[in-house]
Amino acid sequence: MEYRLGVDVGGTNTDAVILTEKNEVIAHTKSHTTPDIQTGITNSVNKVLQNVNFDKSAISTAMLGTTQCTNAIVERKNLISVGVIRLGYPATLSLPPFTDWPADLVEALHPLTATLRGGNEFDGRKISQFDDAEVTSTLEKWRGKVSSLAVIGVFSLVNDEEEKRVAELAHQLYGDNFPVSCSAAVGSLGLIERENATILNSALNQVMQRTADGFINSLQQAGVSAATPYLCQNDGTLMSIDYARQHPILTIGSGPTNSIRGAAYLSSLENAMVMDIGGTTSDLGVLVNGFPRESSVAVDVGGIRTNFRMPDILSIGLGGGSIVRQQEDGSVTVGPDSVGYQIEDKALCFGGDTVTTTDIAVRLGQAQVGDPQLVQKKISLEFAQKAAAKIKAMLEESIDNMKTKAGDVDLLLVGGGAIVAPQTLKGVGKIYRDSLGSVANAIGATIAQIGSEYERLYTYDKVPRKEALADAQQKATDQAVQAGADGSTTHLVLVEETPIAYAPGNTTKVKLKVVGNLHIAGH
Amino acid sequence: MRKIYEQDVEDIATGASFMGAGGGGDPYVGKLMAKSAIKRGNPVSLISVDELDPEAIYAPVACMGAPSVMTEKFPKGDEFQRVLQAVADQQHKKIGGIFPSEAGGVNSMIPFVLGAQTGIPVVDVDSMGRAFPELQMTTLHLAGVTVSPMAITDEKGNMGLLDTVTDKWAELLARDMTVEMGATAVVSLYSTTGEKLQEAGIAGILTKCQQVGQIVRQHSKGHDWQLQQLHEITNSLHLFDGKVVDVSQTTSGGFNHGQITIDGLNSFSGKTMTIDYQNENLVAHVDGQLAASVPDLICLADIDSLTPFTAEDVRYGKRMAVFGLPCDEKWRTPAGIETVGPRYFGYDYDYQPVEELAKERG
Repeated sequence: MEYRLGVDVGGTNTDAVILTEKNEVIAHTKSHTTPDIQTGITNSVNKVLQNVNFDKSAISTAMLGTTQCTNAIVERKNLISVGVIRLGYPATLSLPPFTDWPADLVEALHPLTATLRGGNEFDGRKISQFDDAEVTSTLEKWRGKVSSLAVIGVFSLVNDEEEKRVAELAHQLYGDNFPVSCSAAVGSLGLIERENATILNSALNQVMQRTADGFINSLQQAGVSAATPYLCQNDGTLMSIDYARQHPILTIGSGPTNSIRGAAYLSSLENAMVMDIGGTTSDLGVLVNGFPRESSVAVDVGGIRTNFRMPDILSIGLGGGSIVRQQEDGSVTVGPDSVGYQIEDKALCFGGDTVTTTDIAVRLGQAQVGDPQLVQKKISLEFAQKAAAKIKAMLEESIDNMKTKAGDVDLLLVGGGAIVAPQTLKGVGKIYRDSLGSVANAIGATIAQIGSEYERLYTYDKVPRKEALADAQQKATDQAVQAGADGSTTHLVLVEETPIAYAPGNTTKVKLKVVGNLHIAGH
Repeated sequence: MRKIYEQDVEDIATGASFMGAGGGGDPYVGKLMAKSAIKRGNPVSLISVDELDPEAIYAPVACMGAPSVMTEKFPKGDEFQRVLQAVADQQHKKIGGIFPSEAGGVNSMIPFVLGAQTGIPVVDVDSMGRAFPELQMTTLHLAGVTVSPMAITDEKGNMGLLDTVTDKWAELLARDMTVEMGATAVVSLYSTTGEKLQEAGIAGILTKCQQVGQIVRQHSKGHDWQLQQLHEITNSLHLFDGKVVDVSQTTSGGFNHGQITIDGLNSFSGKTMTIDYQNENLVAHVDGQLAASVPDLICLADIDSLTPFTAEDVRYGKRMAVFGLPCDEKWRTPAGIETVGPRYFGYDYDYQPVEELAKERG
């Protein structure tokens, strides 16, 4: 029997779970997140291992979901200097790199920038002639002044050869280990957003090395020495630790994704809506074929517009600690403020003096928390019913906002605050709840598969549609295998074709995604 | 004459997204270009039509092509000056100023980029009072001003000068050149004298966009205040509040077509609205009854914040407020109705002003 260990590092708690190879949860734990991250991971791993009685060498894989990279960007900490090379001269000169960045973040990166010859038109023609010598002389000038490179070619999704050539030249000059990020491997259409994501990816290089090393050290210290380590990406799949070292930006947003995937696993549903009700907010996501639906709008990270793959999440100010108030006109309001982690001191049912959504659930007999007697006296039935109606309406509206078509959906309820949700909701078919819902995050990390996405423009008049789709699938599969997938298990989970208006020759943006099981040595 | 700063550009872009009547594309790249041009260059002077030199030449400068390509390959920066100079050289007259071709998306921003680069004043006028999908749909066209001489250029420095027998020919030839240039190009066309622009343009449009942007920005003053201000500035009629329940889209001939279906909320509960669009919103019906049609404006905004959005942004579940704005009087002439009325877009009924339709519905 082999086992898997999953760790999720959140803002408040670091959770750990152990699953069998049949994905049964045999142990789970929560401990506080520590400032250095590593200590918290070590504590949780040690704690979860106390509850099991098998040899630690039977743990063959270990997965980590982490918010380290997001925090580094938001706090402007531990970022390294970046040289930015754009290919497409003379196009795009009107908006140089960093045009829309907050000044303090630009300062943190000490950037050097150059827009050089190269780049593509939307149909694959060249904007100008790429020149090795121009790239080399730029790199010579920058020697010793930058710690990483970001390379962005105009329409590199049509053809990324020039980006790769710049990486090759940089490795020749600066050594094989010099960090270079190519935009085609990071983002999608929209040069500014893709460039921003590529620059951040380079700047996060050291944070990721430290995170990866820290995770490996924690496992070693806990005696889990036989496990292959993986990191979770924001699209609900895993990356090998080597791939993660190259693509740190892909870890951003993996938290909500893991709870959606964990909830899906607990309910065995492939298509449903997932609501994670915490103490202060409820995060709502949508599960499509077992994966979180992606956001279609540009996502801001720490004040910077990017377009990398993020789950489509709607957050509303309603949680188990949200404060309930009677207004002068007789109406009842819920939130958006919350007693948060102080719920065990402040809520009525725990002897406090603040009416929370949890107290409403206790008053109406929906939940058994604290001392129901304390609540009975202080809350009238009429008030409780009004508050419950308000909670119900808020949840129903957010669910409706996330639907893409009319009709009922199934809902998976997870998170510590799930007790405040009613038994029925308009627009919802069946509601699923689970006792392991509080560690859905870490479960999501543990059951993740290896996936890879590929996006490119094809001109169907030149490359027939069938050939184009086959080519894209091959490219995606190669990427997945490189990231650690077992090639014999990869399959398509998504194909999107978007025609480009105005473009001749039937030009279409093809985006597809393959996923596969982890490749486990010796299997 | 007044100076335009970065915050003004933000507000104008927001307002132009509203006045674009569902079209015009995402102004993000245009707004960035304008803001960084102002940061690096001069504050822009905005002049009113009363300040025009009757003898000088005034011309729009605009982007043409696929908005999605524009997000990947944006201009070098010197294209705007090049086309404007080429058009002025053709006419052997001095340039008095520049103005936007339409109130909508990226093209509301281009004159500010050029203004900051050169110090040439921007005129508070356009020739649509909104956005429209085709080159000949302008009040200048109605007044007999021709598209030609037209200049078209790309970031590489290629340049075309068009002198066409009809405005429709200019549309056809320019579209082909745009594709060859990489599906985006910069154009200048419809140049005219100050005297003619005073007579045929839609005056005050940029100030109106800016006022709308300012209203949208001030959430803190409350929804009722916002609605009342919007009504005062644009004569808007609040046609509908509702939730999008269906969107059907197709792309053909370089245009996005579609229909949006909205279920009523608040005081419109129990009613259903449909909106047809071709890049811009064309006609709106409530329970099968006509509520507004081109050339009047059908504008979309978020039901709570009033943040405007384009027809491309509409998704199932969006809650939106729909406004009908009376178009400029110049469009309500027989020639105007013939050029952009419902029959031009293939509908078998006559134009009725949005405010009269509202009276009929009570």
